[in-house]
Amino acid sequence: MNRSQHVFGSGLVFAVGLWVAWVSYTQQPAEAFLFPRLIATVFVVLAGWTFGKAVMGLSKVGNGVTRTMFVNLLPGLIITLIHVFWAAKTLGFYTATTIAFFTLLSIYDPAPHSEVKTWIKRGIITAVFVAVMYGLFAMLLNVYTPREILF
Amino acid sequence: MEFIYYFGDVFTPMSFLLLLGGTIGGLILGATPGLSPTMAVALLIPFTFQLEAAQGLILLGAAYTSTVAGGAVSAILLKIPGAPANIATTLDGHTMAQKGEGARALQLSFLASAVGGIFGVLLLIFLTPVLAQWALAFGPSHLFWLAILGVTVIGTLDSASVVKGLLSGCIGLWLATIGFDDIMGAQRFIFHPALGGGINIIAALIGLFAIPQVLTMFAKGRHNSGAEVIEVQRHSILAAFRELFSRTRALSIGTLTGSIIGLIPGVGGQIAGLVAYDQTKKFSSEKDKFGTGHSEGVIAAESANNAMVGPSLVPLLTLSIPGSPTAAVLLGGLLIHGIFPGSDLFDNHPDVAWTFINSMLIGQVLMCIFGLYVAGLAARVAQVPQSVMAAIVLALSVFGAYSVQGSMGDVYVMACLGIGMFFLERLGFSAAPLVLGLILGPIAEANFIQGGMIADATVGKASYFMTGGLNLFLIAVVLASIAYSVWMELRSRCYTTKEEAQA
Repeated sequence: MNRSQHVFGSGLVFAVGLWVAWVSYTQQPAEAFLFPRLIATVFVVLAGWTFGKAVMGLSKVGNGVTRTMFVNLLPGLIITLIHVFWAAKTLGFYTATTIAFFTLLSIYDPAPHSEVKTWIKRGIITAVFVAVMYGLFAMLLNVYTPREILF
Repeated sequence: MEFIYYFGDVFTPMSFLLLLGGTIGGLILGATPGLSPTMAVALLIPFTFQLEAAQGLILLGAAYTSTVAGGAVSAILLKIPGAPANIATTLDGHTMAQKGEGARALQLSFLASAVGGIFGVLLLIFLTPVLAQWALAFGPSHLFWLAILGVTVIGTLDSASVVKGLLSGCIGLWLATIGFDDIMGAQRFIFHPALGGGINIIAALIGLFAIPQVLTMFAKGRHNSGAEVIEVQRHSILAAFRELFSRTRALSIGTLTGSIIGLIPGVGGQIAGLVAYDQTKKFSSEKDKFGTGHSEGVIAAESANNAMVGPSLVPLLTLSIPGSPTAAVLLGGLLIHGIFPGSDLFDNHPDVAWTFINSMLIGQVLMCIFGLYVAGLAARVAQVPQSVMAAIVLALSVFGAYSVQGSMGDVYVMACLGIGMFFLERLGFSAAPLVLGLILGPIAEANFIQGGMIADATVGKASYFMTGGLNLFLIAVVLASIAYSVWMELRSRCYTTKEEAQA
């Protein structure tokens, strides 16, 4: 599990390194790519070394992501991705934040789900937090965030 | 003694209010496990956009100073270091708290932090102008090597694997080249429209430092720290004062160790605290008391981790080379206000530079005074479930990244870099060299191009970049830092093998 993660991760970095090197050495004007060429050369050498070690099972540093960690992480990661790449722009920043915040609290809060009191507490925390964010960003810093469908 | 002229600027109502807010907020944030000083400062940058440069830096500087000190609260009362810099404080601080001496431990910790911190800032005040004058002699080739040195030192010293640390630095240097080339106007590596203007440093800083911590908190699941706050009993502050100055050996070893370590780029507060603790134990006549709730342990660790704060900014303010990840974030804070630190900072913007440094001096005193009062509240905040903290940090990151330029592209870049960094960190890569590469990349490239032009008209590239006393010295330091880290890595691997063999 750990070895395959190292191979996949370092392989991906190596592939990016090769792409950077290919672009740096083939694109014009050459003068604009002098510095990227310098970096790309070192990048490919180091990434190749790391990938080679991973393939041979010699990667010692980094524990990877265990199955339990991944299972715990997955809901939060999915909500983060939906929030950033879809909801914030489509629903509006404050609506998306309210939904994401409340959902994350509901999933990760260690308090028991069966108690009504817990849900009321989560609702109050979410409302107070979003109000503070509105006060800070919309009123104090005058940041105009996308309002879109809702708010 | 120029700094004295700018002391008044710290005491204008707005500046002082920001200093106070930054200090108290930093103490509370610092006490919260999982929120590192670097992340706290990165998340605060968007709040400085509408402030004047000096005021923005006052807020960031106060937060930096007090988050390091605030980490001692959770280290002492919860046995959870607020930041890596407070690991050594846990060893004796928490045992003292368990014995009912929590107030004494907290008082000694804040007093020692203030003494160490003031000494560190004084070092910053007196060293910076001298080094800035010296740095005036630096040409493009020297600045190029300095930028490479900054990435290399952090890449090798801050990472568990030298190769992965250097590779992280390379990734950062490459990310810095994305966008339009300054000289030819050519497009480079723009594979998505959001990258047209290059990678925004502030959005990248927020993503690289905040998002991996959010995901780490998620990965722990429905986790409750289970840590109980130990109630503190009253203790005379005068007695703590007397005790601190009766333990001068621990205080001076901690302060000096922290100051020296702070000057070395890449070596953080965690190392400062642990080295100072170890050295104080070696020189103490009560060696056997260490680890059993001995006040010298707390004094040494806390004076060291705060003494390194001031000196860690010396390379940033004189050479524009951040010596630590937090200094890199502060550089981001300077750049958004159009201020480029370096040898001429004290000539062009003396008001900004000196007001910032002076505020750090006053901040140490405020941190000490308020630390004692805020400790109880900070310990309660530290008990807030990580789910709440993760959701708060995520929302702040999204709003913070968007507010930089009002662009969703920055939010996407922030999220992609953050999520990518989380998985890379799990595979042994490090965010600090990547950030340094991203920040120092443009400096390295500009000086590489400029130096190349001079070289073509004079002695040729090889001679220009590879000869001359200062060039050779800088190249030697780059190679030495790599060689030292490789040696340390091989040595630790030897020990591991022996231990494994014995097991």
